[in-house]
Amino acid sequence: MRRLLGLDRRIIFLLVGAGVALPLLRPLNLPVTPTPRVRAAFDTIEKLPPGTRVLVSMDFEPDIMAELSPMAVAVVRHCFQRHLRVVVMTLYPAGVGLAQQAIRIAAAAEHAKPGEDYAFLGYKSGFQTVILGIGESLKSQYPTDFYGTPVDRIPILQGVTNYAQFGLVVNLSGSAAADYWIQLAQTRYHAPLVLGCTAVMATDYYPYLSSRQLLGLIGGMKGAAEYERLLGIFGDGRRGMDAQSLVHVIIVLLVLIGNAAMLAMRRGGRAGAPGPAPAAGGAP
Amino acid sequence: MTHGIETWIAAFLTLCVFSFLYRDNPFYRLAEHLFVGASAGYLLAVEYHNVLVPNVFQPLFRDHRLIFAIPLALGLLILARAFDRTATWSRWAVAFYVGIYSGIAIPGYMQGFILAQLADAAKPFPPGWAAVNAALGLVGLMGVLAYFFFSAPHRGPHGFASRVGIWFLMVAFGASFGYTVMARVSLLIARVQFLLRDWLHILPTS
Repeated sequence: MRRLLGLDRRIIFLLVGAGVALPLLRPLNLPVTPTPRVRAAFDTIEKLPPGTRVLVSMDFEPDIMAELSPMAVAVVRHCFQRHLRVVVMTLYPAGVGLAQQAIRIAAAAEHAKPGEDYAFLGYKSGFQTVILGIGESLKSQYPTDFYGTPVDRIPILQGVTNYAQFGLVVNLSGSAAADYWIQLAQTRYHAPLVLGCTAVMATDYYPYLSSRQLLGLIGGMKGAAEYERLLGIFGDGRRGMDAQSLVHVIIVLLVLIGNAAMLAMRRGGRAGAPGPAPAAGGAP
Repeated sequence: MTHGIETWIAAFLTLCVFSFLYRDNPFYRLAEHLFVGASAGYLLAVEYHNVLVPNVFQPLFRDHRLIFAIPLALGLLILARAFDRTATWSRWAVAFYVGIYSGIAIPGYMQGFILAQLADAAKPFPPGWAAVNAALGLVGLMGVLAYFFFSAPHRGPHGFASRVGIWFLMVAFGASFGYTVMARVSLLIARVQFLLRDWLHILPTS
């Protein structure tokens, strides 16, 4: 038992590494069941009439792309499938490349065309000022798209003034940007809002579902996998869930074994103890 | 996905970072320092092209709109902190920033978070099983509020309510920690996917 408790933690790292790599190489195809929160997000997009504009703010950087990139691809693909017009922006400087990558994958899969089916506005600095500014005038914040084309010349942006011309705002975020979208875009400008966030953040945003400030919530890679399941695609979200589940099993087993070993050690120590422990300060 | 030298560089740096799991070593530190330097450089370049050029230089120097000299002056005042004799000047810019930020944040927080959540907590229970959820939410809210009310001793009914609040808090922390573990494992999965798919080409591409 003592040896078990003194297990080199690098062995645990190896176990977790194997738990991730093996299911990726040999998929187990474990079932993914959509939760009501993700289904609500999916249904919100599903019910939008074709031609509706959707503003997608991809506010994440490479550190959390593992969770939010699969989500971004799935959401944008869904919009394209429903013939919605997608306008993408980001509030993070390093989010530009990730947003472009997500659009490129989704557009290639659904044969969407730039300017007609989607537009990419790029990065703008300042969370609150940008979100508030779009509520007054989109053009004041983004006079051109990311590639320098004036927004007036982009077909899907013609006639767009502010949030009123968007049927839905989707925020994919791993930071306080989500708070500002709720506070400013949803509460002040009444923009219908769906949130996709990292798993760490997800529980913090449950109350906003109940108050209908959020119409749906996609949390982490699990949420992305559920969305892909609803959409009928097999992307990085679903691909990663086998590994996710196996690592969870490994972690639970390690916690149980560690606690069992600790209890056994304590009982063994108590049974073999010659008498009460010496008083504090009694030992040299 | 890329398949050139950049993939090899990314794979090498990923392995450098993973090498820390064995123990601290120069490869890990190389990757760490490269990351810090590259991030700072990238951020500086992006902010210059996306903030300074369109918001200051173009309107002020190309369009001659003198009003933009005010934010430029406030921005320069921040730099006055670098010198002891002029450090106090930076407070004007900070005061301006704090005032603007408070003006935006406080009403937004009140409207979006406190009032909207209070209104949701006070609404009648929905019919059916949803009422159970709503009732649990209400009990949790009252319990947690009781726990964080420190102006009276946690004894009697107040003590009972605060203990209920602690239970709700523990469940919330547990759920949050579970999600945190999931999030960290997701990051590992993505890097292993990158190594196996983009670098070694063992996995099929998306």
